[in-house]
This record gives sequence, structure tokens and C-alpha cells, in this order.
Amino acid sequence: MGVTDEGKSDLLALSESVIVTKLDDIISWGRQYSFFLYPFITACCGMEFMSVAGPRYDIDRFGAALPRFSPRQADLLLVVGTISHKQAPILVKVYNQMTEPKWVFAFGACTVSGGMYDNYATVQGIDTLIPVDIYVPGCPPRPEMVLDGLIKLQEKVAGTRDQMNYRRGVSPLGEADDRKIIG
Amino acid sequence: MNSMTGDLLETVVKIAFVIGLNLGFFAPMLGWVERKQSAVMQDRIGANRAGVFGFTFIGLLHSAADAIKLIFKEDFIPRGADRMMHTLAPVIAVVPALAAFAVIPFGGKFELAGHNVNLVIADLDVGLLFVFAIASIATYGAVIAGWASNNNWSMLGGLRSAAQMFSYEVTMGLTIIGLVMYYQSLSLVVIAEKQVDFWHWGIIYQWPAFILFLTCAIAENKRIPFDVPEAESELVAGYFTEYSGMKFIMFWTAEFIEVVTISALCVTMFFGAYHLPFISPDMLVSIFGGGDFGAIVAMLIGIGVFVAKICALIFLQMAIRWTLPRFRYDQVMALGWKIILPASLIWIFLTGLAILLGLMPTV
Repeated sequence: MGVTDEGKSDLLALSESVIVTKLDDIISWGRQYSFFLYPFITACCGMEFMSVAGPRYDIDRFGAALPRFSPRQADLLLVVGTISHKQAPILVKVYNQMTEPKWVFAFGACTVSGGMYDNYATVQGIDTLIPVDIYVPGCPPRPEMVLDGLIKLQEKVAGTRDQMNYRRGVSPLGEADDRKIIG
Repeated sequence: MNSMTGDLLETVVKIAFVIGLNLGFFAPMLGWVERKQSAVMQDRIGANRAGVFGFTFIGLLHSAADAIKLIFKEDFIPRGADRMMHTLAPVIAVVPALAAFAVIPFGGKFELAGHNVNLVIADLDVGLLFVFAIASIATYGAVIAGWASNNNWSMLGGLRSAAQMFSYEVTMGLTIIGLVMYYQSLSLVVIAEKQVDFWHWGIIYQWPAFILFLTCAIAENKRIPFDVPEAESELVAGYFTEYSGMKFIMFWTAEFIEVVTISALCVTMFFGAYHLPFISPDMLVSIFGGGDFGAIVAMLIGIGVFVAKICALIFLQMAIRWTLPRFRYDQVMALGWKIILPASLIWIFLTGLAILLGLMPTV
């Protein structure tokens, strides 16, 4: 249904039966503590990703440690580093190959807005290509900022209504993936 | 008729216990052990945020969170894939791992209310052969998954797993011939019973067989350092690249259950099965006053000892998995065919010679 908390009318609130709400709670609890990452690392921000994944900051504490290099098994697309126009179709393809539900994390100034590369070669923000859930600016962002962004993403996932039917769909750019959704 | 119903009930209870132990206890626990043990070994804290009403149980609930998320993840089948085979492959991977447990004794024989209770699902005379036969079926899970996915990486992963598992299947059978000669039996129940005396535990005379068998078994299970069929840096995710959600996690469940099965086999063959050192089950029964009560307590102690020994061997396997990097593909093959195979043949010869000369009295 995609109803936000603010815009929920009384009728809609009534139609959400208790059982469905509780199921929603359980699914959102599971989803927020179990992100399998797809690290799409292209540039220097990757060093900060290594730092945040390593022992000192340990992203595994939040249940988001497991990198899956097959997009079918990943939930969270971490776009880390500059995306050039040459790289853009690959990013769109990887995004389209990911299975629902999926989230996108823009890691660093280049992915947020193109950063310092205001030129013909660089995509001016990955949200021109694919939907983005969390923007973490910084050149590069400190690991604390990344963890803060992850916690905010967890809050966003927890606040999503109608978890059963949550779909991001494919990016309008690039061809739709060879997919057959059966459930 | 009455005794037949009793036997049937006993078998159903034993099957429910073994499946519950594997799928309900070991599979989620191993997910947690893998995360926490790797965290400890890498000086991290590890998963600890998921909680219910503020209780996190040292991160144990992250396994539950993973399961919930994966159940509600999109089920994906690529275009051009063989739909039936694609769906069947994870099942073929999981079932043999569970079925191998049928012949492993987990607590000994006791007389309970005039009824003989033997704590093994199927007391086969050729238990070891059954384990190897069933284990070779698991190969098909990986091969079919690789072929049915209609993906280059999956295909390569499937071919690699076929080659690797076939090679190590042959070698694994040879590594324990020495042990079979020592115990003069292929039945795991008989082997377990013969280890009632601590000095007859397999590890004492047959420790080279243990090292060779454990190496082969880990290779057969396709875990790091032998995970060339999966090989994240080369083949994306190997033979299960095109699997998502629960189907993907079924391959991991199969892997985890195989870790448990390997540990259970090692315990049964080399570490005295369900026996405590120097204390036989009969002594336990008499210590606890004999009769039904003594039998039940001794039975529970036997099961507890067996599970504790399995946990110790799981710890060893996890430590190996988080210590060593992956072998190159040709190194894996060379290790199997050029080192372990000749070594196990030499060990068979040495065991035979020692038995002939009376240096290693058979049990």
C-alpha cells in the first residue's frame, strides 16, 4: 500500500488488522538486522569501507557483515566511490539483478552528488540512475558516519509499512533484467 | 502387535530427535558460531544488536533475523533455467546430509521397562558404506544447481564441485580402511561399542587416519580452504550464484549439517563415540541406582557426552575455516590425488603389517 505514518487515515488504520501489523513487525525486525551487502566499490572510499568492515568499527555488530557477491543474494547495494558514465550501465545492471526487497546506500560525496568531479565524465549523483535510500556524504565519510547511516537505514526499514508487498522495482534506465518473479 | 507399535514409536521419536537436533539446534547455532568465532578470532565484537525486549542473547537472535529475512525474500529463477531442477537442487543438497545421520549411534543401548532401546535410527551392518553412499548423492545437489541455473559461473562451479567431490570421495573411503581393519567391522554401532575401553579409542592407534579423514571430509564439504566450487573471488558465488532467499540458504544449511555429520563421524570412529573415558555405560547405570531411572540418566549422559564431543570438533573445523586461505584449484586436486591418496594407501599397508606382527592388536 505504501502508506506513510503521517498520511494514514482512520479507515486505513482500521484496515490494518492486528495480525498483519504484527507480521509486519516481525518481518521488519528480521530485515533490519540482516543486511547482506553487495559492495560496489570503485574508488578511494573503499578504504573507508574496509575500515568500517574491519575490527575497529565492525559493521557486523549491526548484522550487516556478510558480503554476497551475487546480486541475487544481496539486500543492500553499497555504492562506494566515483561512478563514471562508463561505469553507470554496470551499476544499473547490478541494481536490476538484485532480488526484492533491496536498498541502496550512497557512500561518499561522489555517489551523493558527483563530489569534486563536476565534469563530463562523472555521474552527478547515483540517484540519477537508481533510487537511493541513504546518503552519506564526506570525502571520504568517517566510519562513524557510515555506521550512523546504517542505523538510520535500519530505522527506515523498521518504519516501512506493508512489508509483505514492499517492492523497489527495476531502474527505468537500462534494460530490465532477465527475471521471472514467481513469489 | 503391541511391541511393533512400540518399535514404531521408538523409531519415530529417534528420527524426530535427530532431525530436531540438526535443523533446530545445530543449523542455527552454527550460523551463530561462525559469526562469533570469526569475530573472536579477528578481534571483533561480532553481531550483537538484534534483540527481543532488550535481550540479545550474545547475538544469537541474528540467526533468527537472517531466517525471517530470507523467508520473505524474493524467490528468483532465471530465464532459461530448468525450473524443476533449479528448485530440486537445494533439496538434493540437504537431504543426504541429514540421511547420513541415520546410522550414527548417539547414546548406546539400554534396557528400559523391559524394552531394548538402541539409540541409533538404523543399526546397519554396513553403516560406514551407507554413509559414503549417501554422501556421494550430495554431489548431485551442487552439480544440478550449477547446470540448471543457466549461468556461466554456476556451470563452472558445478563442474569444479563434481571433480573435487568425486576425487575426495575415493580418497575418503581409503583413509578409513585402516580403522576398519583395526575394529574388524563396518558397523558404526559395533565400532562405537568397541570403544568402551579408553585405550581402544580410534585416535590412539589410528591418528594418521583421523588427520587424513578430516582433511578429506572438509574438502568433501566444500568449505574453506577447499571452497573452489564457490570461490567468491573467481566465480561470484559458484554453483549457487543464481539462488536467492531460502533456496540459497538451504545450501548453507546443508553445509552446516555436513559439518555436524563430519564431527559426529569423527567422534564415533576416533573419539570414543558416546563413552566417557574410563566409565562404561553399565557403570553409569549402577552409579545412578540401576533400573529404569539409572538407564535414563545414563542415556542422557551418553547423549550429552556425544553432543559435547561434536561441539568440540565443530570448534576445530571452524578454527580451520577461519585460519586458512583458499587453495588454488590445481593445489586442491594435487593434494587429493598425489598426497592424501598415497598416504592413505601407505597407512593401510602399515596397519596391515602392524596387525600381522601383533604390534596393533585388533579389537
